[in-house]
Amino acid sequence: MSSHDKYQSHGDSHSSAKAPDEGAYIFLFFLIGFALSMVVGWGVFPTLLYSKKHQPFDFNHKQHLQIVDNGCQSCHFFRTDGSFSGSPRLAQCVGCHNEMQGQSESEKAFFEQYVVQGREVPWLVYSRQPDCVFFSHAAHIHGAKLDCVTCHGHMAASENLKSYEQNRITGYSRDLWGRNISGLKHNSWDRMKMDDCAECHARYQVVHDSSVQTGRDACFVCHK
Amino acid sequence: MKQTQIHNEQPPRRYGMAIDVDKCTGCGSCMVACFSENNVPFKQDETDKLLSITWMRVYQLTNGKTFPHTEVAYLPRPCQHCAGQHEGHSPCVSVCPATATDYSADTGIVSQIYTRCFGCRYCMGACPYHARYFNWWDPVWPDGMEKYLSPNVSPRMRGVVEKCSFCFHRYQMARDKAYTEGGRKVQEAEYQTACAQACPAGAIVFGDLNDPSHAVNQIVKPDAHNHYKSGNPRAFRLLERLGTNTKVYYLSSREWVRRSGDNYRADEQPGMPGAAAQHG
Ligand code: HEC
Ligand code: HEC
Ligand code: HEC
Ligand code: HEC
Ligand code: HEC
Repeated sequence: MSSHDKYQSHGDSHSSAKAPDEGAYIFLFFLIGFALSMVVGWGVFPTLLYSKKHQPFDFNHKQHLQIVDNGCQSCHFFRTDGSFSGSPRLAQCVGCHNEMQGQSESEKAFFEQYVVQGREVPWLVYSRQPDCVFFSHAAHIHGAKLDCVTCHGHMAASENLKSYEQNRITGYSRDLWGRNISGLKHNSWDRMKMDDCAECHARYQVVHDSSVQTGRDACFVCHK
Repeated sequence: MKQTQIHNEQPPRRYGMAIDVDKCTGCGSCMVACFSENNVPFKQDETDKLLSITWMRVYQLTNGKTFPHTEVAYLPRPCQHCAGQHEGHSPCVSVCPATATDYSADTGIVSQIYTRCFGCRYCMGACPYHARYFNWWDPVWPDGMEKYLSPNVSPRMRGVVEKCSFCFHRYQMARDKAYTEGGRKVQEAEYQTACAQACPAGAIVFGDLNDPSHAVNQIVKPDAHNHYKSGNPRAFRLLERLGTNTKVYYLSSREWVRRSGDNYRADEQPGMPGAAAQHG
């Protein structure tokens, strides 16, 4: 008997003996593979896709809203030309922060690195849209009379600034496409993609059929 | 005709231009103003004009006669924002496979969304006015010049087509102001293109062709029932017989200038009314 034969017969007996289990193994491997791909697709990939950044220092909306005179407008206001000031500049802070107000670490960082040196704070803007998008706060606040919560969530009640997550491929903020990878949206502020803007515009019976191509808003309503 | 429902104002806006060729001195201020207003890229070597990007371009016309009968005229050419035979049937919009270019029934402006464009250049082939340009390279700005770019106009990248937008961002900003002041209408002076403002001869007049209080309407006297043909005997449009129904009107008292707007037969009158009816 050659070694080759021996090997073959051994192999035969092996396969015939285990045959009933093979299907189960295949199924098991399929399950493991499926579970792994789910873990990778729903867990690992989104974590890898976004890099986390921190704001230059923390800021407490709730606390400040108790002491400013004019609510949100003390820091986020409309200029006379109708444009929106957006993230605050030092000028909105130094009225009070020309000297230290408390002992917190974040105020110290703010005071020493920015106020004393007269540098503007490089805020990371969670809601920042791609460069080609035109957004108008005037249209939504003065025109549609929407409140900030509809699009930004409960910022006023927040005591901390959350970390900023940036998509490694596009460079855009995670708040545009949202956190929920199944694509479900529970709150109006969960994400702000093109379709989310369009969906709300369609709900209001204004500005929504000027495009000859799409029958919705013309591209040049929201783009520049 | 499609009409948008914004504030139920009737009729919709129709932004357009009247350019007086007899006033134009060919100085090129409009081109320069357009470059800087719209972040138009340029190269160190601009000798090959086929590769230059000029949203606004001044052409020189001559009557072809010998001295002393030679006459010259200058013709600034922005995008003509064609409406076509039925509103929105612009040559470029109808061929774009990507929906990157669109016609707004609310302003009459033909838009170009650069991020959507994938550079097939059908629109460039379709445009009878050479108003569209392709970015063969990523823009390179001289050191420090990025800081002077306008944040209101999105810069382009390699591989996309761009063209004049009638300074649409200025309309967006004017709308912002109008919203802040109770949602009133945008006034004529609030929305003007950079070229119109830069022209030292006042040859370019810009405004809403549908609004009788706007100068451009008074000059052009467009006939809304006949493809916005001008009622001004001095006025003509470029290649009017194609039926592109453009929103840029040219004015001249010289017949040879008016004739140069199209390839007329010797016995034809420039800007024959209704000549476009055979198309589309
Ligand atoms: C004392 C100044 C101050 C006041 C008052 C204030 N904010 Fe802020 N706000 C800030 C600072 C600082 C930031 C951080 C900058 C950033 O993230 O852009 C911020 C950020 C935000 C952002 C996030 C913007 C983004 O996308 O990054 C929202 C939304 C916001 N504020 C809403 C409000 C609302 C609503 C109110 C009123 C209820 C308010 N703020 C009052 C200072 C203020
Ligand atoms: C109306 C006055 C006032 C204005 C305006 C104001 N602050 Fe404050 N801020 C305070 C006071 C008071 C405290 C001290 C709170 C404490 O520590 O008890 C404080 C605390 C802070 C702190 C430390 C606590 C925290 O929020 O985490 C930071 C950081 C800060 N401010 C940043 C800013 C910035 C940035 C601006 C401008 C956008 C600003 N403040 C505008 C009054 C003001
Ligand atoms: C219709 C939705 C909507 C509403 C309502 C709204 N915002 Fe915004 N906000 C946005 C979008 C979208 C952006 C991003 C704009 C961009 O990137 O051009 C933004 C940006 C901001 C920013 C950062 C801007 C910057 O460039 O630094 C602040 C701060 C802000 N909003 C505050 C507010 C406040 C305060 C209110 C209420 C008065 C408000 N927003 C209402 C949608 C909205
Ligand atoms: C919650 C509803 C809502 C959301 C979300 C929303 N919009 Fe709007 N938007 C409106 C309404 C309502 C108007 C009409 C305002 C008016 O004319 O009174 C409007 C008007 C506008 C206008 C002005 C149109 C004009 O005629 O000048 C622009 C630009 C615009 N929206 C852009 C956006 C963009 C970009 C987004 C997404 C980032 C967005 N909107 C998200 C409700 C919304
Ligand atoms: C109602 C407002 C609105 C209208 C109308 C609209 N867009 Fe957008 N668009 C957006 C917003 C907001 C974004 C950014 C968020 C996202 O990527 O979805 C965007 C993103 C895009 C992008 C991707 C840009 C990038 O850098 O990722 C393209 C391409 C685009 N739009 C093309 C178009 C075209 C073409 C039209 C006309 C047919 C159009 N859009 C009409 C709001 C709008």
